Amino acid sequence: MMLSVNREQKLNISFIALLFILPAVALSMDEPFYITLMTKVVILAMAGVGLNLALGLGGLISFGHAAFFGIGGYAAGILATHYMNDELLFSAFGYEYFGTDNMLAIWFAAMFVGAIAAIIIGYFSLRTKGVYFIMITLAFAQMIYYFAIAWPTYGGEDGLSIYVRNNLFDLNTLDPIIFYGICLSLLLLVTFLVSTLRNSHFGSALQAARQNEQRLASVGIRPFGIQLTAFVISAMATALAGALFADLNRFVSPDMLSWHTSGEIMIFVILGGVGRLFGPILGAAMFIVFEYYLGGITEHWGLFLGIALLAVVLFARGGIVGVIAGEVKHD
Amino acid sequence: MTLTLFFEQLLNGIQFGMMLFLMSAGLTLVFGVMGLINLAHGVLYMVGAFACALVAGITGSFWLGLVASLIVAAMAGALIEVGVIRRLYKRDHLDQVLATYALILIFSEATRWLFGSFPLYLDVPDILAQPISLFGLLDYSSYRLFIIFVGIIVAIGLYLLITKTRLGMRIRAGESDREMIAALGVDIRTLYTLVFALGAALAGIAGALLGAVQSVEVGMGGPVLILAFVVIVIGGIGSIKGAFIGALLVGVVDTMGRFLLPYLMTFLFSPETAANVGGALSSIAIYILMAGILIVKPKGLIKGAGS
Repeated sequence: MMLSVNREQKLNISFIALLFILPAVALSMDEPFYITLMTKVVILAMAGVGLNLALGLGGLISFGHAAFFGIGGYAAGILATHYMNDELLFSAFGYEYFGTDNMLAIWFAAMFVGAIAAIIIGYFSLRTKGVYFIMITLAFAQMIYYFAIAWPTYGGEDGLSIYVRNNLFDLNTLDPIIFYGICLSLLLLVTFLVSTLRNSHFGSALQAARQNEQRLASVGIRPFGIQLTAFVISAMATALAGALFADLNRFVSPDMLSWHTSGEIMIFVILGGVGRLFGPILGAAMFIVFEYYLGGITEHWGLFLGIALLAVVLFARGGIVGVIAGEVKHD
Repeated sequence: MTLTLFFEQLLNGIQFGMMLFLMSAGLTLVFGVMGLINLAHGVLYMVGAFACALVAGITGSFWLGLVASLIVAAMAGALIEVGVIRRLYKRDHLDQVLATYALILIFSEATRWLFGSFPLYLDVPDILAQPISLFGLLDYSSYRLFIIFVGIIVAIGLYLLITKTRLGMRIRAGESDREMIAALGVDIRTLYTLVFALGAALAGIAGALLGAVQSVEVGMGGPVLILAFVVIVIGGIGSIKGAFIGALLVGVVDTMGRFLLPYLMTFLFSPETAANVGGALSSIAIYILMAGILIVKPKGLIKGAGS
């Protein structure tokens, strides 16, 4: 039993090392494009790490995490646009707010708005179970998606451009390697927090709720509160990823909110290995590498991606981590 | 706003609902009998539309195209079931979602490869091209009336099939106790393939019928699939009756919402704001409806086999 756990840890450590080494190699070879590609991996991985908390540990199959990803993106886009144009965002008690280009403030705003949305969506969705939960989370995400398309103030269907990447301290965030460093630090921080949560009392209760709600309730813990908390934290991580994604592309559009995005985030998690700490990170990396290399060879890369995904579901249960490190062992 | 326009929109809503019913009937049946979430159902809608456009293009007959859509979609359904879906019945919903999402990618790209990215066009048959006068009150598209008619025929047919035939009896038995009917000697694998092909054929017909009103293109199944899910969740997963009620509800609420809400908002806001608010609200009306129904009845309106 110790061996397989060690194997997963070894895999995780070597993968972290790769996340540091590969960009350094790209930097030395003066290939900024690959750094940007890896930044995309790191950001999408963070969205997946967020979803994995709800889906992997909590068993809450949310088909609507694009909502939080997009909300984070729009939070970044809206704050930055107001700041650039010096437009009033809101005024309260005589205080007028014109947005900001400070990344720290934007991240907190993204997580805050994401959390509010998750409290509302989670509160109603968690009353349902199973396939109804999958569908109601999808419905809420679709609501926000169509709202973003129909509401013209922030670009509607065309989306919203962020003209200059936002600022963090005195760093030159436009330098690809520096922005990569920021994103990687946040990913490692979020992953560390999720790992801490997983090993805490809260994490045990969450996993117990997944396995048997009645049993958890019978020892005096209400599953609803635990699940809602997990759902909200999960949404906050995904919203933070959304804000970074907006900054990476300097563009936000309703695409970030579409059900295909929800599907893709879910793919990262399942491809990598549901409930595995590094599963979503490996899954996102695989997905982007696949998209990039196959996309270079054929425009019909989706076909091959589909076949590969199908093969993973049918034959490689437990995702990449499951195949390399073996099944999760229980005491 | 005139009364004529109101009735016209109401009929449009019912027509949309009937089309949604054709889509959702198979989806809800497959979930009820096999316990499978099938995201690839929209693919069968697309396959039906392409088969119809292709055959109608070659032979010049819409009706042959319609028959082709039925056959090709049923065959594609049977093929998917035997090749992939069959392995998923015992898996959890997560695996089913991912595998059928993969099927969407495969079928969409394969269709794009075969037919290119440009939409195909499918004309309404000549006999249904002229509007028809309803009670001397309004002129209404006879093709849309035909879609409503097909929807009603299919609903009656499905009702008879499920309640009066041996196959229907087996389907109902499969919904309530899988192990038991297998133990009684019913060939459950063939039954599942049949049910899946039946749902596929209905989706294919829906695609062909709507293909003549909209354009036939890759990805046309996506939005319809999501709506069909909204329908079966509202109606209660596994219930055909629920799917019928849900489909009509979604069709009418969506169509009437787009028509009435921007108008109603003018009583509350300035014209420009009213257009924005009305437009935004009407595009999310059905999702509000669905969330509202699930909050009051977490398992949908009609208790189906899926719950």
